[in-house]
Amino acid sequence: MKNRVTLKGAFGVAAAAVTMAAASTALAETAPPIKDLIINGEEKMIVVAKPQPGVSNLDMEYDGWLFRSPETQALQMDDFENPGMIFVEQAEEMWNTAEGSEGKSCASCHGDPSSMKGVRATYPKMSKSLGKLATIEMEVNNCRTERMGAEPWKYTGGKMVAMNALITLQSRGMPVDVRVDDSVRANWEHGKEMYYTRTGQLELSCANCHEENYGERIRADMLSQGQINGFPAYRLKNGKLNGIHARFKGCVRDTRAETYKPGSQDFIDLELYVATRGNGLSVTGPSVRN
Amino acid sequence: MELTRRNALMIGAGAFAATLLPVGAFATPEDTEKAIAEFTGGAEVGEGGITLTTPEIAENGNTVPITVDAPGAVAIAIFAEGNPEPKVCTFNFGPLAGSQSASTRIRLAGTQNVVAVAKMADGSFVKTANTVKVTIGGCGG
Amino acid sequence: MAKGVKPRVKVPKKASAGDVITIKTLISHKMESGRRKDKKTGELIPRNIINRFTCDFNGQNVIDVEMGTAISTNPYFEFEAKVPESGEFKFTWYDDDGSVYETSKKITVS
Repeated sequence: MKNRVTLKGAFGVAAAAVTMAAASTALAETAPPIKDLIINGEEKMIVVAKPQPGVSNLDMEYDGWLFRSPETQALQMDDFENPGMIFVEQAEEMWNTAEGSEGKSCASCHGDPSSMKGVRATYPKMSKSLGKLATIEMEVNNCRTERMGAEPWKYTGGKMVAMNALITLQSRGMPVDVRVDDSVRANWEHGKEMYYTRTGQLELSCANCHEENYGERIRADMLSQGQINGFPAYRLKNGKLNGIHARFKGCVRDTRAETYKPGSQDFIDLELYVATRGNGLSVTGPSVRN
Repeated sequence: MELTRRNALMIGAGAFAATLLPVGAFATPEDTEKAIAEFTGGAEVGEGGITLTTPEIAENGNTVPITVDAPGAVAIAIFAEGNPEPKVCTFNFGPLAGSQSASTRIRLAGTQNVVAVAKMADGSFVKTANTVKVTIGGCGG
Repeated sequence: MAKGVKPRVKVPKKASAGDVITIKTLISHKMESGRRKDKKTGELIPRNIINRFTCDFNGQNVIDVEMGTAISTNPYFEFEAKVPESGEFKFTWYDDDGSVYETSKKITVS
């Protein structure tokens, strides 16, 4: 079901003027040009996948990489060219550095970062240690406060997103496999409701842009499906790695709404839902985006 | 008249674009000429023998990949006509340079000409220029 | 010294005498242009960039780059070098604040 939407009233005269100029271009979802994403000449990513029934109205799932320009795409095809890898290297040092009252590092309990293989592909999920639906960020901070006796990191801070990138890299290439069982179904339903609910002065839902109009331009920028399998994402606009909730916040703000807080239950639930919209695509983070 | 969602998006995007304008004045074409003259010492600048590779459209002006190549050059300087400071960088090639070419990533404050000027081994100068269109994105995110 | 600056370089480990090899370098640095305002205070953030990058091999220069504020965050360079013999590449970045960041890579020439 794809409703064509009209907005009335709210933007009054100014919008009417634009309408005159814009003509009546019919918008629709448009598949991006399909290319192979092969990283370092050897790791082939799954960038097109079939959606699970009952999750979304997508005909196909497309990795956000497919929607970018050839120059931006090239940056993600080689780990040296990908500036996000700088932060992965910084996280490797943090992984091995003891912090807090217990004198422990990540490595003290988890050994090599490769022990995190598979984690990014299945999160968010019901956490045994936390007893609730958890993101990777929540697990990292739980380790820091409960096992290391260290201060928690800021949810969207540089250290957190770098550590997330290191953990994510261990699962690169694996298909996203985020599952919804009864323990998290209410969270998933809430996330889904958020996805389809219009917010802000522009009265836009996630679906308005990322389900009904991907592959179309919003001004000069090409809309993707808003898949999160490539996060953390190194963005050319701010020269750093960006986490999922920071991106959600930016999107919600762009609808001219008061945003939810990164790490809030709303965004955790939304992350769970959006993750399942990309089940079957490879984990491709850390990615490069405009 | 009915307003389509697309139009609402466009209005919103315009507002975001306004917030992206950089602080401070842009350079004038004279500033760029002056910067080039500093590099050349006022010598005449020819054409040919220098290649500048840039994207036709840059997805984000903060990181625009460029490559210059001028066989036989001792130095190549890059200028961005529409930036607050036109001088971007100068590559000086040493005795062990494998070629007189280099790539980097640069900031462009908007759609503009990027100029590359090479100083050749005999002291002469050549230049080339490309226009790069810089898109201002719809979503500040 | 600016926080979190970390150089990365990519150099082949081996080459034949006289080969031309490709070198890539990337260093984490904000490259603060001096034109941005602090969102909280409204004050201009002072310029702090890497203003020069050099690459030498066994004491001889390969490339020497003068950099302005238009070089992107996390500066990247790619260039080519001749390798007449085995030895060591030395890479140096010079920060506005006086800091110097260095790294080196050995190459075996046969």
